[in-house]
Amino acid sequence: MKYDVNKTGYYGKFGGSYIPEMLYSNIEELNKNYLSIINTKSFNKNFNYLLKHYVGRPTPLYFAKRLSKKYGSKIYLKREDLCHTGAHKINNTVGQILLAKELKKSKIVAETGAGQHGVATATVCSLMGMDCIIYMGEVDISRQRPNVERMKILGAEVRSVTSGSKTLKDATNEAMRHWINNPNDTHYIIGSVVGPHPYPDMVARFQSVISEELLLQLKEVEGREYPDYILACVGGGSNAAGIYYHYLDNLKVNLVGIEAAGLGIESKKSAATTQLGKEGVLHGSKTLLMQDENGQVTEPYSISAGLDYPGIGPLHAHLYDSKRGQYLSVEDNDAMKAGIELSRLEGIIPAIETAHAFAVFDRLNIKDKVVVVNLSGRGDKDLETYIKWGKY
Amino acid sequence: MNRINKLFSEKKKNILSIYFTAGYPNINDTVEIIKTLDECGVDMIEVGMPFSDPIADGPTIQESSNRAIENGMNIKVLFKQLLNIRKITQIPIILMGYINPLYQYGYTNFIEKLIECGIDGVILPDLPLDDYLVSFKELFDKNNLSYISLVSPNTSAERISKIDKISNGFIYVVSSSSITGKKSIFSDNQVEYFNRINELKLINPTIIGFGISDKKSFQVACNYSNGAIIGTKFIQSISKSKLRESVKNYISSIR
Repeated sequence: MKYDVNKTGYYGKFGGSYIPEMLYSNIEELNKNYLSIINTKSFNKNFNYLLKHYVGRPTPLYFAKRLSKKYGSKIYLKREDLCHTGAHKINNTVGQILLAKELKKSKIVAETGAGQHGVATATVCSLMGMDCIIYMGEVDISRQRPNVERMKILGAEVRSVTSGSKTLKDATNEAMRHWINNPNDTHYIIGSVVGPHPYPDMVARFQSVISEELLLQLKEVEGREYPDYILACVGGGSNAAGIYYHYLDNLKVNLVGIEAAGLGIESKKSAATTQLGKEGVLHGSKTLLMQDENGQVTEPYSISAGLDYPGIGPLHAHLYDSKRGQYLSVEDNDAMKAGIELSRLEGIIPAIETAHAFAVFDRLNIKDKVVVVNLSGRGDKDLETYIKWGKY
Repeated sequence: MNRINKLFSEKKKNILSIYFTAGYPNINDTVEIIKTLDECGVDMIEVGMPFSDPIADGPTIQESSNRAIENGMNIKVLFKQLLNIRKITQIPIILMGYINPLYQYGYTNFIEKLIECGIDGVILPDLPLDDYLVSFKELFDKNNLSYISLVSPNTSAERISKIDKISNGFIYVVSSSSITGKKSIFSDNQVEYFNRINELKLINPTIIGFGISDKKSFQVACNYSNGAIIGTKFIQSISKSKLRESVKNYISSIR
């Protein structure tokens, strides 16, 4: 595939493995083994069994009738919000915990922003009887309270991160430091398509179950297996990578990623990486990165904790750079309004991350087109933010 | 032969190298700290270029880095401060830092400035070896600059040999699987690891770093290598208002 990762771990000029020597053997172990493990029959049997009976896959492809009518197009929703734990994140954590078992690791560490990945990780650790430590920024802990408690109920230890902006970037730093200190018995479950190679590829493969199902589901309802547009929100970009995956080389499909503009691109309170970032290295990969002129990483801002990240996965940097993908950004207020609109028209309260993807219909030429939006997560965890915003 | 090579050819044991973050505690302390360390008889100095997200470092160096960035430190400022350093001291000086600030500054510009200021080498923990070979090696060899790499307890013998062949100056032996600033008295496993490295008969000398905090751990480290590096504990001991005195006091507690 043209847009797939190459043998050295790069997507075009992005990706690679920029890690200190203390992590080299861990990354090398993963790199040598991940493909051979995830391509075995027994791995796939276990993975597919859990996706079906534990996660609840396949997730429905739902035709959003009233939303479609409003925008004059055919809008389908890929219902990842109906996955166990409430978001697409669990597709990846199920895959990675099975991989960790194969690698004979007994402990799991992970970072989390919105808490969705943390909950999905705590869940599979409980399922597999493995110790689980989750790093989460202090700011995110206070704005995603329900998820913090869910992780604790599931038996995970949640460690508050107080360095830097106290959000996802810093939680990722701490999770990496933890892995450096515990390289032998611990596997690090990264939650997005970021990090050193092979993580971006591995996470994209586990999430690609989304587009794999979509091929069949669209064929059934539309008579063809591809839509005209696919929309997905992008923080690090795992739900987008998952729903793009089988369509990357099909140029008839317009891939649209929606980033968080926060209070506005010019406001300095934003997380719109493709707009504000330039090439750089963070968390082990070369990608687009929000930074100052001296190469210090800028603290991002978004109302949604899951999009509050100064970089994007190297696959997305490549799709943006090569113009294969179109990346738009949406401000806090517009995302909130879109979340309310979806609630009122279709009876679905989306996660605020996801709501960003519902705020761009007016900006795309989608009249009479088939559009699929990845409904990546549900809004239960965001009730406090909805309530605080108040305009409903 | 640069100053690092010269040091190791003249002195085989008990080499003391000190790491500090440029721009901490005050923006203009860099030259003063180097001068004082030289006067105290330290053998080699690593000047840290601060980065916002130092994933191989513990809380102390994260904090000194953040403070340095807030103070206005960056690569441009650092090179300005170091421009005349060779009029003051001939102590070997190494710059240490993460790759992103260098990437923005430009690799070629960076190397030119190293030469102009008389810096002897670099330690870039998150730069892949292949990237070094492509973007740095030719100019480094031509200008007699040292590229110093880390090895850790999990680095295979095969990879250590590869690193040894590419490196110049010394090999930075990370004492345990950890970030900087962890307390340690060496365990049997660590001693076994140090012995394992010595048995490899490397081309380059070795210096042990991470977890060296006082006279005792320095001396023990020196039993298994040509010397040791102290960073975290040194940074903790620097006093903002009594800079020279605090530096002198700390070094005299080691030597």
